[in-house]
Amino acid sequence: MNTEALKDLLYKIADDQLILGHRNSEWTGFGPLLEEDIAFSSMAQDKVGQSWQLYQMLTELGESDPDTVAFMRNADQFHNCQFVELPNGEYDFSLIRHFLFDTAELIRFTMLADSSYEPLAQLAKKIKGEIKYHKMHADIWIKQLGAATEESIERLQKSLDMAFPYALGIFEPSRMESEIISEGFFSGEEKLKTEWLSKISEILDQTSLTLPDASLQTPVYGGRYGTHTEHLQPLLDEMSEVFKMDPTADW
Amino acid sequence: MVSKLTEEQIKTWLDEVKDPEIPVLSLNDLGVITDITIEDSGKVRVDMTPTFAGCPAMNVMKSDVENVLEREGIEDFEVVLSFATQWNSNMISEKGRAALKKFGLAPPPKHNLIVDIELIEHAKCPQCGSENTEMKTPFGPALCRSLHYCHNCHQAFEQFKPL
Repeated sequence: MNTEALKDLLYKIADDQLILGHRNSEWTGFGPLLEEDIAFSSMAQDKVGQSWQLYQMLTELGESDPDTVAFMRNADQFHNCQFVELPNGEYDFSLIRHFLFDTAELIRFTMLADSSYEPLAQLAKKIKGEIKYHKMHADIWIKQLGAATEESIERLQKSLDMAFPYALGIFEPSRMESEIISEGFFSGEEKLKTEWLSKISEILDQTSLTLPDASLQTPVYGGRYGTHTEHLQPLLDEMSEVFKMDPTADW
Repeated sequence: MVSKLTEEQIKTWLDEVKDPEIPVLSLNDLGVITDITIEDSGKVRVDMTPTFAGCPAMNVMKSDVENVLEREGIEDFEVVLSFATQWNSNMISEKGRAALKKFGLAPPPKHNLIVDIELIEHAKCPQCGSENTEMKTPFGPALCRSLHYCHNCHQAFEQFKPL
């Protein structure tokens, strides 16, 4: 088994979950409606929990323990796509990111449920059931606000146009993409992207929103190789502040 | 003469271990105890599976199980948490469903493993039994609960989510 390729795959998925989970948690106490406050907080808890399970799998493959991996690395050691580290912005941007990212996540974990690495396949079967609720939540709001008032449509469209090149960065091929595919760990980013485009169109077609033409966009790459925006390091500093006060503390 | 320890006996002991967030529901009825084995050496192994990957109560449940085994005098045991069997809400027993309802939580509808919005939206009110209800949000006070409103008795209620 090509363990390096497997680790490469697990790291990027786990880092995506952790960073977006943290961003979602920033809505706790600030949601536009109480229900949305709870929704983003719940999705945060799901995603951080899922990242823990993935880091735990990495620990079993010889990496450090989950807390050390999550809290002691610097930005250039993270493999998340840049999309998930962008600040929450206004609710319209958070909602669009939630929709674009979680649609990809649901497809990713559905594909991973067939992974040749059995522990990953088992975990993916669990996670896909959870992410289904995230996608359901996103779809409800995109359909509703994407066909509501002039302002809601305009805001969402603006966020969609801004977010789209970053969303394409989710599918940046890994350093070990061909090994990941040939080992049967995952059937690859390209396949995921194709299915994602069709799934997001399915929802957007029911709204007044227009999907930007993917072929005319330059995807924002770099995240999978440790290149990040200026927004990631401050997020990591805040996230690990308590842990770093005393890394040996027993909670 | 001490009678021989059986898997069934261990399962009975575990009836007292409840879900820390839903104290009327035993782990047996929740369906998270997936296997109990007694090895030839006498070692007891209990397999558990999380309801949700991020469920913060899992480690509490695991140590509650360990405490019961220890108290019953089992010296050699191991409690293993894994995803080898993936939990779904169909694994909640009939007794568990009745307990949830009594607790004021709508039990999750049985499903064919295809969970869609139709399934979640149509919850039956645990207070009055009406089906004239509306889902407010699929996310509630715990990962495993959604929020609903009953138009018949005008009460908000929670459902244990189908998963």
